[in-house]
Amino acid sequence: MTRLDLEGLGFAQGAHILVERALRGLPPGDRLHVVGHDPALAVHLRGWCRSRGHVFSADQHGSLVSPGPAERQRWAGAERAGGPRPDGIVRRPPPHWGLAARGALVEAGGPTPVGFDIADRDVVWADLAPRLYAHAAAAQWDPAVAVDWSAATELPEDIEAAVVQVMTYLVENEQAALVIPARLLARIHPHFREVQQLLAVQAADEARHIEVFSRRALLTGSELGTSSAGGRASLTSLLFEADFSLASFLLSVLGEGAFLALLAFLDEHAPDPVTRQVTRLARVDEARHVAFGVAHLEHQAALDPTLRGRLRAAVERRHDALVDTAGLNADVYDALVVLAAGEWTPAAIARGYAAVQRLQAAMDDGRRQRLERLGFPPDEAAELSALHTRNFM
Amino acid sequence: MGAVAYDPKVVTIWEGFRRWLRDSGLPFDFVLYSNYERQVEDLVAGRIHAAWNSPLAWVRAERLAAAEGHTVRAAAMRDTDRDLTSVVVVRSGPDVKLADIRTVAVGAIDSPQATLIPLAHLRAAGAADLTVRRFDVGVGLHGDHVGGERDAARALAAGEVDAACMIDANHLAFTQEGTLPPGTRIIAQTAPYDHCNMTLVDTAPADLADRFVGLLLSMSYADAEVRPLLDLEGLKVWQEGRTSGYAQLAAAVDQSGFYDAKGQVTAADYAP
Repeated sequence: MTRLDLEGLGFAQGAHILVERALRGLPPGDRLHVVGHDPALAVHLRGWCRSRGHVFSADQHGSLVSPGPAERQRWAGAERAGGPRPDGIVRRPPPHWGLAARGALVEAGGPTPVGFDIADRDVVWADLAPRLYAHAAAAQWDPAVAVDWSAATELPEDIEAAVVQVMTYLVENEQAALVIPARLLARIHPHFREVQQLLAVQAADEARHIEVFSRRALLTGSELGTSSAGGRASLTSLLFEADFSLASFLLSVLGEGAFLALLAFLDEHAPDPVTRQVTRLARVDEARHVAFGVAHLEHQAALDPTLRGRLRAAVERRHDALVDTAGLNADVYDALVVLAAGEWTPAAIARGYAAVQRLQAAMDDGRRQRLERLGFPPDEAAELSALHTRNFM
Repeated sequence: MGAVAYDPKVVTIWEGFRRWLRDSGLPFDFVLYSNYERQVEDLVAGRIHAAWNSPLAWVRAERLAAAEGHTVRAAAMRDTDRDLTSVVVVRSGPDVKLADIRTVAVGAIDSPQATLIPLAHLRAAGAADLTVRRFDVGVGLHGDHVGGERDAARALAAGEVDAACMIDANHLAFTQEGTLPPGTRIIAQTAPYDHCNMTLVDTAPADLADRFVGLLLSMSYADAEVRPLLDLEGLKVWQEGRTSGYAQLAAAVDQSGFYDAKGQVTAADYAP
């Protein structure tokens, strides 16, 4: 018989922890002899044993406990939810693993959550995801200190108005870029936690972009620019793409890809240091978003030969849906020309106009390169790039 | 089968068991009662075949059935229904003795564990001249509602009574949650007694009754489907019923005049 002396420790102070530990270490068939001098020990031990399915008895020497089978039975049908590291990811994690940590020992039974419908490694995963997440987490910046807000300079009224218009447009686009990954990440099976983490940080990135672009827009005034129906139609068409790969393709590869060129353009032509800083900070984040989109679609394209056909159809569908809309807000286009021109002379406007045309060519060039990385032949990449929304995003 | 709805979880438990029993081929349904007295009367009258009975309901069912020319049997019980004890708690003091207790707080009028059994124990131990302060929470539920016991413990902690009665496991719970502060101690513990059982009446079809009991006894805690239901109902395994653990309660019932020998309710002020 094994003896456990609880000394003065009672069940109201955690005595069950020592009893459970001693029962776990008990040889088969053995009984635990529990002694101690808490006055309520025998009463509480009896009640506790009953609730745990252990057999309690008392004799002249004290209390005896024979362990019951309940704890062993509880874990009899348990299974590991894959392995904790990326090499322990399974192709299709079952829905009943639910919120369990990847690699945890999952008790059988319990709820089967609905809604984690993005649950195929080949659809959601990219080997780059853990590294991108680590990079994203390390690269988080504080809008209050990362931008030198005191560096604001007084701009001519109509140049400032052009900046405000561009910022208004950027905020609208970032709203879409926040909502889309946030919606998707809530549908991803928690087994693919690195992808969820990455999309969560991506949404947080967009939250900061919305903040800094809004703050820049209101730096000297109190009114924002315009939001066109056509621009919103283009962005809204992104919200309704339910397929993870297609949504990620349209938003990250094509939309945010084009945005990289736009933010570089604004960095180059910013009329003031605050505009330059906010667009530069946002660009670093957006580059990461594009990298994940491309990486996971590259991964998927290698496994699924039908993917490219579906990507192509998604671009065509969106083009058809938007063909009768105006596309880019004309106020935004003109504001970009004015920013690149820098002054109100015919020669400067011509320079600015040419610069915006070069920006569009750069966007097209980037889109074609990324499409080719996904395996589209150059002519098809050029054709698809041409179908991309006039609204850039 | 009848069950008493002492808590909303009773619906979850028996709907779950019903699904499991039906999946196992037993034509099973349950009805819920608001109190044990009507459940026992319906059992003996043959309106239900089985009753998930409190120990007090078992005592009455046995008497009522005998008076009507029927028999009932305790066919199954939870592992946690065996060998319970109740305790009498007092505020710590060097020389408090059982015989010194004048006022005692108990649970509801029909609570076996917090009223009937410990009061009989106290009286047998010599505390004859007792003023009983009863906390009638959930009357008709035979003490299934913990509220009366907790209120009794609070009355002791507040210094309103000399002693309070409760089941052993609730003494632990009340100590852990702080209802019973340090400075109280157990002055007496009853002998072990048994609690609920699944009572079957002789008018139940024998084949169905045996299959029902057999299925209950076959439920395994290793089965992920029934485990949450067993956890809710507070057991790890169903065991064969036994009637050896009800003598203390039957004696307390007689002593207090709760039921008569024919199973009629004779307790004054008892209005379930």
